[in-house]
Amino acid sequence: MSAVEVSGVTKVFNQGRTDEVVALSDVDLSVGQGEFVSLIGPSGCGKSTLLRLIADLIAPSTGTVTVAGKTAGAARKEQAYGIAFQQAGLFEWRTVLKNVELPLELRGMSRAERKDKASEMLALVGLEEFAGHYPAQLSGGMQQRVAIARALAVQPPLLLMDEPFGALDEMTRERLQSELLAICATTGTSTVFVTHSISEAVFLSNRVVVMSARPGRITASIPISLESRDEAARQSPAYFESVTSVRQALRGAPLKSAS
Amino acid sequence: MKWMKAVLPPVVFGVVAIALWELIVTAGRIAPFILPAPSAIWEQFLEQRQNIWEAALASGANALIGLVGGTVVGVLAAMVSSRFRPLADVSIPFAAVLNALPIIALAPILNNMFESTSSIPRRLVAGIIVFFPVFINTLRGLREVDPIHQELMHTYAASGWTFAVKVRLPGSLPHVFTGLRQASSLAVIAAVVAEYFGGLQNGLGSRITSAAAFTAYPRAWAFVVGACLLGLVFYLTTLLLERLAMPWRTRLIA
Repeated sequence: MSAVEVSGVTKVFNQGRTDEVVALSDVDLSVGQGEFVSLIGPSGCGKSTLLRLIADLIAPSTGTVTVAGKTAGAARKEQAYGIAFQQAGLFEWRTVLKNVELPLELRGMSRAERKDKASEMLALVGLEEFAGHYPAQLSGGMQQRVAIARALAVQPPLLLMDEPFGALDEMTRERLQSELLAICATTGTSTVFVTHSISEAVFLSNRVVVMSARPGRITASIPISLESRDEAARQSPAYFESVTSVRQALRGAPLKSAS
Repeated sequence: MKWMKAVLPPVVFGVVAIALWELIVTAGRIAPFILPAPSAIWEQFLEQRQNIWEAALASGANALIGLVGGTVVGVLAAMVSSRFRPLADVSIPFAAVLNALPIIALAPILNNMFESTSSIPRRLVAGIIVFFPVFINTLRGLREVDPIHQELMHTYAASGWTFAVKVRLPGSLPHVFTGLRQASSLAVIAAVVAEYFGGLQNGLGSRITSAAAFTAYPRAWAFVVGACLLGLVFYLTTLLLERLAMPWRTRLIA
């Protein structure tokens, strides 16, 4: 059973009106267990829309979305996925720990249990000593780490991320990328990651899905195989090769390597 | 040192201003019915301190009841209006009309509706005046929900009630207190001024009018000082409450 199965999905906004927009046209996507898939493409290609469809934040016009064998709606109600956006979106009136506890709280977990769980998640992102701080006291990178800890708190089998590092500086971004990979490796989480950075997509992913705009559709699916995912990998020939093939796919040029 | 920097300038300014006032009044031989000297007001303030205290308690009680009543109604009305959009569309213009009314001018009319010894008209005036800033600000706060918070709560499959309690209400607190800060001073002004139109003679406002009627101007001024202090107490208490209610903001300042 795959983590995510999107088949024949079309999404039309403002259907039947003059400002009708075809955001996605006949999209098929399958994400395997434990697989890390990036969606990349120019703005307006519908990559965020696709992520929102998987999250059941919006409904497809046609086609079906299943998450872990269930409909997207049922998966959402069971909190079968964790989600993080470009803005950390922390609740400023809650401490860092309470922010991470929130999804557990809504699941009806006991106070002691959720405190343990949330502390564990904060340790995972290296912020345990900031548990009592309020979000506004943290830097942007730290806030984003809290948001990731929150997304992971319910230990979902699937992680959905919409440009989570987009607002961060390059150094923080690279450090968080490595942290995210380590977390995904330890927890075995499947991930769908929206980005418009080619290097980020290549470094993180098992597979990069390239999309194009008007109408939004998938134009290529490029498997990435790096020997390791560390600083050395960012300098390896395989890495640069993959960057090139993703770039060519984005430009619509014929692919050098098969996809 | 930082503390000194914040406190010293206004204190120095106040002392200099009072000294100048005293100098102008005595040197210029200004008649006390035009402007009494601060020393004369201070003398009266000390002499009348028991009366001022009691009058301040009476006016303060009216202002407090009006403030609490107006705030409770304002917050509840905002919560209901934010839940049902058509209601907000109707209630905002209605509240604006209410605000445009010179509500203090209603005091003599309200006085006629109740017994002459009743404090209800004053409390009503204070309550009505408090209602508007609290209602408008709370409504704005309740409506301004971060779209990401909305989506997140949706992914947590949170019910409307959970969403209201865990996100909408705490998120609106800064706005509620913006309204309350305006309202707290207004409540005191309303309670004091409403006394100018007759009724029970126990508050600061009635003391000011009666002292002025007896041409005891320094005494009238002494009660004005009392009213000023009462307003300050209300305002500072609101500020303190605001800090206690929103620890995530005070931590930033500290």
